[in-house]
Amino acid sequence: MLQDKDRIFKNLYGDDSFDLASAIKRGDWDGTKTIISKGKDWIIDEIKKSELRGRGGAGFPTGVKWSFAPKEPKEGRPHYLVINADESEPGTCKDRDIIRYEPQKLIEGCLIASYAVSAHVCYIYIRGEYVNEGKVLQQAINQAYENGYLGKNAAGSGWDLDIYIHFGAGAYICGEETALLESLEGNKGQPRLKPPFPALIGLYGCPTIVNNVETIAVVPTILRRGSEWFASFGKPKNRGTKIFCISGNVNNPCNVEEEMSVPLKYLIEKHAGGVVGGWENLQAVIPGGSSMPLLPKSTCETILMDFDSLIEAKSGLGTAGIVVIDKSQDIVKCIARIARFYKHESCGQCTPCREGSGWMWRMLERIGRGEADIAEIDMLMDVTKQIEGHTICAFGEGSSWPVQGLLRHFRKEMEDKCDPQKYYLRENII
Amino acid sequence: MPKVKVDGIEIEVENGISVLQACEIAGKEIPRFCYHERLSIAGNCRMCLVEMEKSPKPVASCAMPVSEGQVIYTNTEMVKKAREGVMEFLLINHPLDCPICDQGGECDLQDQSVKYGGGTSRYELNKRSVKEKYMGPLIKTQMNRCIHCTRCIRFAEEVAGVPELGSINRGENMEITTYLEKTLDSELSANVIDLCPVGALTSKPYAFEARPWELTKTETIDVMDAVGSNIRVDTKGWEVKRILPRVNEDINEEWISDKTRYACDGLLINRIDRPYIKKDGKLIECSWDEAFLKIKEEVSKTANVGGLVGGMVDLETIFALKDLLIKISGSASIDFRQKDFYIDPSHLSNNLFNTSIAGIDESDLILLVGANPRLEATIINSRIRKNFINKNTEIFTIGDPGDQTYKIISLGDNLKVLKDIENNNSIFSEKIKTSQKPIIVIGESVLNSKQGRFVLETSKSILKKNNSLSGLNILHQSASSVGAIMLQAYTNTNEVLKNEILYLIGADEINIDTKNKFIIYQGTHGSKNAKIADVILPGAAYTEKNGLYVNLEGRVQSAFKASFPPGNAKEDWKILRALSDVLNKPLKFNTIEQLRSKMFEFNPALQRIDQLPSIDVNTLEVENVEVIDSKVNYLPIDYYHSNEIAKSSKTMLECKIARQSLQKTGTEN
Repeated sequence: MLQDKDRIFKNLYGDDSFDLASAIKRGDWDGTKTIISKGKDWIIDEIKKSELRGRGGAGFPTGVKWSFAPKEPKEGRPHYLVINADESEPGTCKDRDIIRYEPQKLIEGCLIASYAVSAHVCYIYIRGEYVNEGKVLQQAINQAYENGYLGKNAAGSGWDLDIYIHFGAGAYICGEETALLESLEGNKGQPRLKPPFPALIGLYGCPTIVNNVETIAVVPTILRRGSEWFASFGKPKNRGTKIFCISGNVNNPCNVEEEMSVPLKYLIEKHAGGVVGGWENLQAVIPGGSSMPLLPKSTCETILMDFDSLIEAKSGLGTAGIVVIDKSQDIVKCIARIARFYKHESCGQCTPCREGSGWMWRMLERIGRGEADIAEIDMLMDVTKQIEGHTICAFGEGSSWPVQGLLRHFRKEMEDKCDPQKYYLRENII
Repeated sequence: MPKVKVDGIEIEVENGISVLQACEIAGKEIPRFCYHERLSIAGNCRMCLVEMEKSPKPVASCAMPVSEGQVIYTNTEMVKKAREGVMEFLLINHPLDCPICDQGGECDLQDQSVKYGGGTSRYELNKRSVKEKYMGPLIKTQMNRCIHCTRCIRFAEEVAGVPELGSINRGENMEITTYLEKTLDSELSANVIDLCPVGALTSKPYAFEARPWELTKTETIDVMDAVGSNIRVDTKGWEVKRILPRVNEDINEEWISDKTRYACDGLLINRIDRPYIKKDGKLIECSWDEAFLKIKEEVSKTANVGGLVGGMVDLETIFALKDLLIKISGSASIDFRQKDFYIDPSHLSNNLFNTSIAGIDESDLILLVGANPRLEATIINSRIRKNFINKNTEIFTIGDPGDQTYKIISLGDNLKVLKDIENNNSIFSEKIKTSQKPIIVIGESVLNSKQGRFVLETSKSILKKNNSLSGLNILHQSASSVGAIMLQAYTNTNEVLKNEILYLIGADEINIDTKNKFIIYQGTHGSKNAKIADVILPGAAYTEKNGLYVNLEGRVQSAFKASFPPGNAKEDWKILRALSDVLNKPLKFNTIEQLRSKMFEFNPALQRIDQLPSIDVNTLEVENVEVIDSKVNYLPIDYYHSNEIAKSSKTMLECKIARQSLQKTGTEN
């Protein structure tokens, strides 16, 4: 269990004010100048040693990502740092609380990261629905400017940095890093083809590093307290602390900062007040935001919450948005609702996702209503396999994995629904 | 040069090409919908997936650049399954209405579904329905069939330079539209019909006319402008049903202008299909003999016969007419110019597009002098735009030609700017000094008796100073102009008009004072000058005869007979040959081969078919001329009605009306 002294986000619940003075009291902007004076290589090296992995879902090692940016900007090709605050994954709300309660951590992280990747301009792409959060962030940025922590010679470090906030228009796909860049450029938010990767050709064709809010916000603390400290939490390759967002059928839905590789059961029981109706009432858990396959109760008993353990369990940590589903829920309808979300949010650019996401949703709805034939279950699996891995971006996986998770663990429930007798029996009992 | 392995075949390929191209080099066909060589890569259809070693997922071969040591498989089970999956997705919302779809028989989706499609559909739900979009009189939409490959969007944005097409909405609700549902404001718009891999965008004028397998296909060239675009004429019986582009990298790549494509319905309307004689001020139908005898009667009165040829006349006809005039009056009083048009025939390069059309790609500085390439030679304009997009070349202009689909920098509209450039007093003089391949494009609007000599000589002088005389380009508008110059069919239009007998071949533009004149009109359409003629002889249009044409680069190209002349009409050189017999001045050829060999004797350069002329542009002489203070006055161009065929075309009229309504602001009246 993480002790209070090791928490990075001390104001995660908004008990204290977000303003600069309170943030400084909590330890922000402490020795930023010294950190920057140690040089880019030291910073990148330290982040690599801390084994910090991107908190946006894919879990790519942050230090490695930073090292992909060219060493020095070429003439006419400035570097950019883009912060992905388009937190749209259902079940995830960690960036929101960082932005509204701990914005200075993010801003300080932006300065250090910008310096490390040689960027003088940083864009924070925030989702359109986060209007109030955006206002708070803007206030925090203004305060930082007023006190010399941003702008020319930011925080006395000798590095110039300007931060701009850009509001999205509420599209889930704009959280995909290349779609985010397209949207930032003013185009329709559709993912780009990779390669080339944004680190070489990104925003306006220039080298761009895109990082999640949480990733950047933990950077200053790591550098202050040392990479060994950060790497002392969790299992190898899954180091550090992480904010988990627990929602669904729990008594006390919450965001909580815990160390990586914490048992799921512990998280739910200790921080979220347990499953509604007790642990035995648990049906399934979606461990990493809606795009990750769900875990049945049996797995939830022992699973550790980190990238690699969850991959072993054929799921993923994703954004660590834990959605707890108890036995009162119709699991097929739950996943059908998720499929509907993905059908609605598909950008429509490439064929499998555009055509397949709607098909999956309609099939799940039919199965959920008991109108489907049993053969459709196999067909549904086929369709998910036809989408997965054939698309431009990871949305194909994101939309098909939850359905695959359902098929993997709850096939019997689906078959029962396709059997008219059993279905009506069950409906009548409820 | 990376080495890659495709299905076990090791090949060495150029750097920077895509895996798809590498597979093609290895002889493996990769199905595709969104990929097109001449457009940017979208990678969205996902049909071209291939398996690559070390990649857990199949990769889109069109978007993956080749790199050393790649091992690619195009025929594994994984690839097959992936493609079948994509095909199934494409088909679930595609209306399987092939029997009533005009694309049937030449549809990529149809062809690929034979290989990758399932026997039956597993999708039993309702298909998506999409509202039709209005895209003008040329493009018929049936958006239910759209597979969202975005080729049309990319074409409009990249090649045509009119970013009016786009997609709205997300996911399965995505629709391709022009937003405002207006006509596409481009002279290249109909190329999206060829690009569309399915039947979503089809040809409106050709709707339900024929199936591709019913058509006779003839590969020939176009004469609507001086570019000489390579086309394929599809005929069913006598009727020309449609015209499609043919790939020629040196000329039109694979685009053609809307006029080239759609003026063909003018070939069916308003045709002269029998000879006429004017009696008591009225044109009366007659036989060939009567018409010829009437001409003989007139020619016996005077030997002063002048000839004027129009913009779409082939070399054979010009040569035969010239020959006949020499036989009649000893010298040929003949010209091809129907307006005030300055030419300097002392050196052929004075009249050519010397850079060559493909050469535009290499240019790094362009100056337009009184030229409006968008309307005068659309294909050339697309090349200039291509250069602008690829190399961000600066394009300057003297005179304001209007929107050219790329950024142009104006140097004012007074031609004395040219002298300033020559004397290093202009920003352009600085630019041209650092330029490797500057080109100057001179339009017909400034090639008049007043300005022509000054513009031509000063341009040459500017280029010569920078050792780039090959950048001298004359932008001719008519398909016959360069050919007529090469056949020396220029005396002086005003001199020609003084003759008592005028022999007009397709010369429709010029205004003629008919007083005391006997006018013979030989042509295809009942034009203005056909109405004032005393004898009308029915000729053949460009799709109805074998003939040679010279395009503005000086490239000789063959047109082939796709159809036959209507009624009693005959091929033009044959009419002249028959007439020469009646006049007892027989021309010394009986077949087109004999005619051509005579013509090649006259100008051996004409034998070089499909090749650029081999003339040394650096031998051009430059004269010093007085500076003139005179503004560029653009000759009005009625793009959709620039010749008799286009004027007779219903489609061109619709285009013209659509264009006019586009320009309306809503505040008229």
